[in-house]
Amino acid sequence: MTRIFVSKDAAALALGADRVAAKIAAEAQARGAAVEIIRTGSRGMIFLEPLVEVETAGGRIGYGPVKASDVAALFDAGLLSGGAHVLGIGKTEEHPFFARQTRLTFARCGIIDPVSLDDYAALGGWRGLQRAIEIGPAATIAEVTKSGLRGRGGAGFPTGIKWKTVADAPADRRYVVCNADEGDSGTFADRMIMEGDPFALIEGMTIAAIAVGAGKGYVYLRSEYPHAACTFEEALGVARAAGYLGRDILGSGHAFDIELRIGAGAYVCGEETSLLESLEGKRGVVRAKPPLPAHKGLFERPTVVNNVLSLVAIPTILDRGGEFYAGFGVGRSRGTMPLQIAGNIRFGGLFETAFGLTLGEIVEEIGGGTASGRPVRAVQCGGPLGAYFPPAFFDTPFDYEAFAARDGLIGHGGLVVFDDTVEMAKMARFAMEFCAIESCGKCTPCRIGSTRGVEVMERIIGGVKVDENIALLEDLCQTMKFGSLCALGGLAPYPVLSALRHFPEDFSPRHALAAE
Amino acid sequence: MHQATPWDAARAEAIVSQHAGLEGPMLPILHALQHEFGHVDEAAAPLIAKALNLSRAEVHGVITFYHDFRREPAGRHILKLCRGEACQSMGSEALAEDFLAKLGIDWHGSTADGELTVEPVFCLGLCACSPAALLDDEVIGRLDAESLVEAVDAVRA
Repeated sequence: MTRIFVSKDAAALALGADRVAAKIAAEAQARGAAVEIIRTGSRGMIFLEPLVEVETAGGRIGYGPVKASDVAALFDAGLLSGGAHVLGIGKTEEHPFFARQTRLTFARCGIIDPVSLDDYAALGGWRGLQRAIEIGPAATIAEVTKSGLRGRGGAGFPTGIKWKTVADAPADRRYVVCNADEGDSGTFADRMIMEGDPFALIEGMTIAAIAVGAGKGYVYLRSEYPHAACTFEEALGVARAAGYLGRDILGSGHAFDIELRIGAGAYVCGEETSLLESLEGKRGVVRAKPPLPAHKGLFERPTVVNNVLSLVAIPTILDRGGEFYAGFGVGRSRGTMPLQIAGNIRFGGLFETAFGLTLGEIVEEIGGGTASGRPVRAVQCGGPLGAYFPPAFFDTPFDYEAFAARDGLIGHGGLVVFDDTVEMAKMARFAMEFCAIESCGKCTPCRIGSTRGVEVMERIIGGVKVDENIALLEDLCQTMKFGSLCALGGLAPYPVLSALRHFPEDFSPRHALAAE
Repeated sequence: MHQATPWDAARAEAIVSQHAGLEGPMLPILHALQHEFGHVDEAAAPLIAKALNLSRAEVHGVITFYHDFRREPAGRHILKLCRGEACQSMGSEALAEDFLAKLGIDWHGSTADGELTVEPVFCLGLCACSPAALLDDEVIGRLDAESLVEAVDAVRA
């Protein structure tokens, strides 16, 4: 029996993985070959999807991107023994895109059957949870603090400090909430891990629950990710049946269970207080802080709200120690970050690495430049609220502080590449439009400011009193930046002002006239 | 694809009471209603308000806050075209504009035969294979004008 691996990650499906898998099954049957097709998550090399891997004595041999119409030729070339073919990439682990990575969070993703407990345990699963149970809550929190892990959702708050605050808050009950409302364009790491290694999230949340004394956890997943919902729900059932969730986890006496909740298309619900309102069944309107969710969160109880990637880093930290994790990275950015290289890019996908690579290395070397083959003009880092960086900034190291020093942010680790056909004034207008569509409406700078911002941008693009309107735009951005209640209105000026600063030629009257 | 059934107050009440015991049951109820009926009918608000001991205004406020909840029935098939920046970098705006113009509808509009509704979506997490779309339950990447029409024709056939 030859084992063949084909991803069922949504990106692989979007590129035809189901048709390829069906064709492999049919072709094998027609040729009387005994094959077992295992559907995995994605290795993250989206440019090679659908990727087909064959298990051989010498390791897993990959082929990609495979179309259903390639399958017969692959069989002819000796697919089942890893035979040579023009689509062959050799051993998948030795592919340059893969070999350069440090995979801690995504160690299993793309390799295992996502809902197989045996596969998960065989590659180190549950060891972190067992250690957390052994050493107890206080030592678990100390380990997380030692790791230097900072929230991977975008704000970068130290996870250990958040957990200690929740553990120390007196309460009749506490919650662990996982923020899986991954709304930033250019990001897909949460989706990939929930589709490719869902037990890692369950394990991370369970460790968090034991550490802070929570009995109930919620995963708030965006509705735009139906495949992730399906895989994660299945994984919850499997974990529950095996005693990894429930009244007495692994005989430790700790009780904890997780419920999956689906959002309803509101970007602002990725903001933690808005997310909590939404979980409670209300409009996703941002809360004023204080009180912090760590003191008064879900249903006014102390609540850990962590991003998927923060929680999935936890099992590794417990298993291999906080110092091991802190051994990666630079400055105050410790550990690894799953970069998501997206947009107009030749080798797009997920690339997990220690902090510190430069933006240029990521975009040009790893990403291979644009898909269109034209020069890179701008890279938006950190989602719709992130700054546009020009190639002149390609020497910026990828870490929280270095990006902040250049008025940018790394956010959730998404990088969207644009070629030289991009019109930056239009992108600035879009940033304001997006903010207007998604504003929760609670604070004036965001609600009204974004709408006025669209109008001002339209006048600039139309060539109306450009200098006066640019001055007005800058003033408006200052008001939004410092007067908004949350990051939506507070950060929307970043893409606008960075576009204006680094690409002023796109805002000039001459350009506006030429565009007409 | 799951087909929506016409509004039925008794069935709606059953759905509401089925979820009423959850912590924060509102969103699960609204999702379940939309799954069953294809939209959240105006008549649902008083039912939910009564079951959860809320005012009708509060329920109305929640329904109208979230982009996902449709207040009118949609076409038989739903196409969500991504408008996120990653898709824009690969030409999604022009693609969508041309496609909508060809159908003679705007965003959120349905074709005259009631077959297709086109909605914008801000990111499907398919940003390394842009432009992307969700057609009913099927994800599609690296869209172009030809493959978009082909996919839509395939489900309409």
